[in-house]
Amino acid sequence: MDELIKRAKELLEAGTVKVVIGYENGSADKTRALFAIEPKDADKLIFDSRCVMNLATYITKAEVKGKGKMAITATLPVMRAIIQLASEFQVNDSNLLVLGITPESKMIEFKDLAEVEAFVHKYTIEIEAKYSEKLEKLDKMTPSERWSFWIEELSPCFKCYACRAACPMCYCHKCTVEFNQPQWIPVPSHDLGNLEWHMMRAIHLAGRCIDCDACYNACPLGIPLNLLTKRMLIDAKEHFGGYQPSIKADHLMSTYKPDDKDNFIM
Amino acid sequence: MTNNLYMPYQMKVERITYEAPGVKTFMLRFVNEDDQNKFDFRAGQFGEYSVYGVGESTFCIASSPTRKGYIECTFRQTGKVTNALSDCEEGSIIGFRGPYGNTFPLDEWKGKSLLFIAGGIALPPMRCVIWNALDLRDNFKDITIIYGARSTKDLVYKHELQDWGSRPDVKLITTVDPGGESPDWKGEIGFVPTIVEKVAPSSKDTIAIVCGPPVMIKYTFPVLAKLGFSDENIFTTLENRMKCGFGKCGRCNVGKVYVCKDGPVFTLAQLNKLPDEY
Amino acid sequence: MKSDRRLVRKGSLEKLFEVLKGDNRQVYAPFSRNGRTSYRKIEKFSDIATDYIQTTQSSKEVSFPRTEKILDYSKNADGMSVKGIEPDQIPQIMLWGIRPCDAMGIGELSSIFNWDYKDEIYNNRLSKVTVLGFSCSKTDEYCFCTSVGGNPGNTEGSDILFTQLGGNGDYLAEILTEKGEKVIALSPELFEAAGDIEKEKFLADVPVKFSHKEIYGKLEKFFDSEEWVGQSLRCIGCGACAYVCPTCACFDIQDDSHGKLGSRVRCWDSCGFSLFTLHTSGHNPRNVQSARWRQRIMHKFSYMPERLSVYGCTGCGRCSRACPADMNILEHLTSIKEAAL
Repeated sequence: MDELIKRAKELLEAGTVKVVIGYENGSADKTRALFAIEPKDADKLIFDSRCVMNLATYITKAEVKGKGKMAITATLPVMRAIIQLASEFQVNDSNLLVLGITPESKMIEFKDLAEVEAFVHKYTIEIEAKYSEKLEKLDKMTPSERWSFWIEELSPCFKCYACRAACPMCYCHKCTVEFNQPQWIPVPSHDLGNLEWHMMRAIHLAGRCIDCDACYNACPLGIPLNLLTKRMLIDAKEHFGGYQPSIKADHLMSTYKPDDKDNFIM
Repeated sequence: MTNNLYMPYQMKVERITYEAPGVKTFMLRFVNEDDQNKFDFRAGQFGEYSVYGVGESTFCIASSPTRKGYIECTFRQTGKVTNALSDCEEGSIIGFRGPYGNTFPLDEWKGKSLLFIAGGIALPPMRCVIWNALDLRDNFKDITIIYGARSTKDLVYKHELQDWGSRPDVKLITTVDPGGESPDWKGEIGFVPTIVEKVAPSSKDTIAIVCGPPVMIKYTFPVLAKLGFSDENIFTTLENRMKCGFGKCGRCNVGKVYVCKDGPVFTLAQLNKLPDEY
Repeated sequence: MKSDRRLVRKGSLEKLFEVLKGDNRQVYAPFSRNGRTSYRKIEKFSDIATDYIQTTQSSKEVSFPRTEKILDYSKNADGMSVKGIEPDQIPQIMLWGIRPCDAMGIGELSSIFNWDYKDEIYNNRLSKVTVLGFSCSKTDEYCFCTSVGGNPGNTEGSDILFTQLGGNGDYLAEILTEKGEKVIALSPELFEAAGDIEKEKFLADVPVKFSHKEIYGKLEKFFDSEEWVGQSLRCIGCGACAYVCPTCACFDIQDDSHGKLGSRVRCWDSCGFSLFTLHTSGHNPRNVQSARWRQRIMHKFSYMPERLSVYGCTGCGRCSRACPADMNILEHLTSIKEAAL
């Protein structure tokens, strides 16, 4: 990724951006986020198939945003997240420059977020076959089997909220789980509280989740949380004609139309 | 279990006093007489007050340890628990565990003058010490109280303010922020630090006890320094977020200090050594 | 007491497991699920995971569960009835297969729960736990027990420490406490006389990266360092590190209410969460992640040694393995050691 390093250095040297967010080699065989502030920091930038963390989660973090204009190494899921964030007024052209990495691992620098959006729209969000199979299996279960499946999967959750922290769309300073008047979601981790927390989180991501699997990858306990959000994607497709992040789109969960289908009501 | 640290005393809300908008004082009596006989505390200590099904909230004991048989607490309705407490009626049962924390060293202050400076809802932790000192009035020289609130209606303990104001052995100065005065207001108008500067109490053999919102404290300390108070003779209380009250839950840890165990009472000299995380 | 050394045949472990399981005792052992290994109640010997360097979660849940009742209440016509948790409701636990770092962590955790105020709920649970430690023959780049006063064959905290004598070999059992002796008494025939065995030969080699005393000294003057900001920039502020840590004890107290009945519970919390220290007034003493990350390190390597005379880290490396942002405590401590003041 010499091209990426070169461009990052130029941007930092020229002062076009104050920080370049990318990947560097981490512990063991992992990669981690790099925040290049000095041009020489950019030498550490890498890109390969191990770089799966969704870096868009950092562009709403106060300490990172506070550095000034950001440039970000963005794979397709990161670009999708950026567009969704732009549609929610969390990021804009004045504070973010996107150094895109195409699925073919080529770098493209985008002039603005509109160009990023156009690029993103070339690809639809497709659920991987291995997940489709799992979801189909879940669909075939009886409600009580499905209930048991989720209770068992979610019961180890100790509510570290790594899923929330790693998710680019979970940028609220105070999450529903932290509002206590009324106490929507119980604070302690137990079967019912865990289920409520993950259901609530999934619903909040309906029509916003860009299917990057960051939640699942972040979970220290390996809980397949992304099955919930992927299911939401399928529902969005069936009921609302699919989901594609768009800067100016109406949001699925906050838009009401008189001809909306109401078959989601059980 | 005999020794469950988290087991509250059952307390009956015996009397509710409306102090100011959103501010109430509860007089609490122990449901179990045995608990009451064993219970003891010193000025400055605090406890965890709870409404079953809602949770616990931390505040000081606002009554004086010299008044036996009951405790009082004063709280402002702000969060989940204080809202639930506010819904309690006379006769309700609530939980209380404590006392926790260190105390104002009244014994060491014998023979000295005391200057109390409080703002808004921070009078309660001081009220405990004020009554404690007044009940042992001969132990101290001059007692001066400077108390300010945003407006006249935000002044708490209005009856007691009258009582203190009419005592010949107490000098009471009350103030409200500019614009907070009512037409019949006879006290001072101005922010607490300004009034302290104007009143200019002597620092000779005097202990200053300061409780109030952070901004009031921040501007009052330099005034006291100008008046000649040493950092060792200025006392205040910290009100960090707490859950357990006895040094385990980790919330109130500031540097090497646990506010619940090492505080809540600190001298300015001690605060100066702490990192700015309170 | 001086440890009694015995030999346990590899084939006898299962028999021992069966003996331990009986009679009002539960065996907690490592169990793999979703590619992660955690402790849980095990019924079948074959369910015990063996192929792991370190479990994802520590074993602290046996004495400090993530959610634990501290009292039950019920509202009735006569008023309020409040009941504590009785010690006899707590089961006897045989904690099987914990690493020496975790066993050492028990003492560190206990020091918090016994600092002046003795936490009887915690102590009662712990009193019912028998610790069957297993020495480490394998290690990875996250391990640093030897830098914080431990080692792969450390006996501290275990009631019996088993060391496997080679890849497929028998076990040396060091019986270290009365609780350990009680285990032997359950099935003495499984514990044969051990000859001269050089245990060290079979232990993993964990290189010393720093001395915790050195870190302690450095931290005395390090509070205002810019290093915290740089280190924590990639921290995403979750609680994974604290929840997998054997010594992190921060907790919350919450009421779990179901109509007229309910419980007050103690549940895990983390100093890494942005709202951990938030006052009701809106003021937050640690309002940036760098301050929260600093708190984590300072608490373990400066405040705990100062106040409790123990370090709050066992070098197990779990926090680094679990971190979704690849924060690496060993790397961060090493860079604190090397940073200029």
